[in-house]
Amino acid sequence: MTPTAIVGIGQTPVGEHWESGLRDLAREAIRAALDDAGLERVDAVYVGNAFGATISSQSQLGALIADFAGLKGAETFTIEAAEASGGAALRAGILAAASGMVETVLVLGVEKSTDTVGTARTKARSVSLDADYESIHGMTPTAQAALLMRRYMHEYGVELSAFENFSINAHANGAKNSNAMYRNTLKPGAFGKAPMIADPVSLFDSAPDADGAAAVIITRADRAADLVPQPIHVLASTAASDTLALHDREDPLWLRAVERSTLAAFAQAGISAGDVNLFEVHDAFTILSALSLEAAGFADRGHGWEWATTNQIGLTGKLPLSTFGGLKSRGNPVGAAGVYQAVEAVLQLRGAAGANQVQNAQTALIQSLGGLGSTAFTHIFQRA
Amino acid sequence: MTTAPKGVDNREGYQFAGTGEIFSYTTVQEPPEGYEEQAPYILALIKLDEGTMVTAQITDVVDASEIAIGDRVEMVTRKLTAEGERGMIVYGYKFRKVLERL
Repeated sequence: MTPTAIVGIGQTPVGEHWESGLRDLAREAIRAALDDAGLERVDAVYVGNAFGATISSQSQLGALIADFAGLKGAETFTIEAAEASGGAALRAGILAAASGMVETVLVLGVEKSTDTVGTARTKARSVSLDADYESIHGMTPTAQAALLMRRYMHEYGVELSAFENFSINAHANGAKNSNAMYRNTLKPGAFGKAPMIADPVSLFDSAPDADGAAAVIITRADRAADLVPQPIHVLASTAASDTLALHDREDPLWLRAVERSTLAAFAQAGISAGDVNLFEVHDAFTILSALSLEAAGFADRGHGWEWATTNQIGLTGKLPLSTFGGLKSRGNPVGAAGVYQAVEAVLQLRGAAGANQVQNAQTALIQSLGGLGSTAFTHIFQRA
Repeated sequence: MTTAPKGVDNREGYQFAGTGEIFSYTTVQEPPEGYEEQAPYILALIKLDEGTMVTAQITDVVDASEIAIGDRVEMVTRKLTAEGERGMIVYGYKFRKVLERL
């Protein structure tokens, strides 16, 4: 693969943007990324989005957004992979830049998920499940996380409170991030008293649906050095899939797509788990953080939760997680979430993360999951 | 999809006995549109005796305090949802705790 690098980043605050449409959010993030890179034009735009055609009643996002953001004429693609749409668009953009066929690529993640509320939104969120064998029974992504979490607690003898620190950590970091949706900290003990959405998954366990847009600009590494003083190198870009339906997995407590894509990413980058300075984990639910730590090779099977209880995941810990609040506190702008992770990792590696800075961050791992690990996109970035 | 038992082609029809045990379960407080009437309802992963796992609701219980992981369950036919007042009624499978045979 021709080495590639990130030369520009942009993001909007994450939250309920009832006053802005998809195109407005997209434009804001794109203009910020272009300014950051000192560029006027890009050759291609890859848009990650999950709910354009459903919640926003808008498809053909590529042409719409390129036009509205002042990039008319660029080739455009829209990529959907549920909550991993952003990670998928990122990989597609990197492949395009690495191919040599396209010089400068802009990857955008954009979502408006809060324009519907209540049962209508839950229905829209559930279209990423198996319609004939899961959704028809009233299944939701939150209920699936609950099924995994209860089984995990049962098999490994883990208490609910063991997951608490994943959420506390996310909020401690999100509180310092001016772009985060929920900047409140979470007091110890509050997690266990929060109202249940699908027990044992509570309000303080589950990431909030949000609106937002984030963008990164990618080009060949040899060109990047001439464009910006601090290009961030893409060391690895990998993807893997698992069964769509949770019940089809031989071993539901093992995220096979996470394992495959992470091992492939480490091999591609020529590094091992110990070289990772921070991990933007797909923390839509605390159980996903625990299971991801295990499948990615950081923790032994059944021991992922211990990373939270022993507080190894803070900004000064052994493996900082969700350094800007993660999906939990920064908010979960579904199809944009994977691109937010990329923007945040670049800020860390530039040393520009402010109060959220992980000291001497050289290498960052980011991972975007669609469904409960049905799809995994894994990227490793490194400071030059 | 639902995966066929080992050695059986996934695309062929296969008749399960309809019995198994609860692998995991949860009570859904925030239902999707079309399932409001039933909420809160119990969803479970059921490990069938043939080894295949399926997703289904647990029915014929007051609440989840009556069930536990490992409980024996059997398939029954129930209404899953209705597409509005004048739309189609969708029937399908749910599971209930295995009844004592007298």
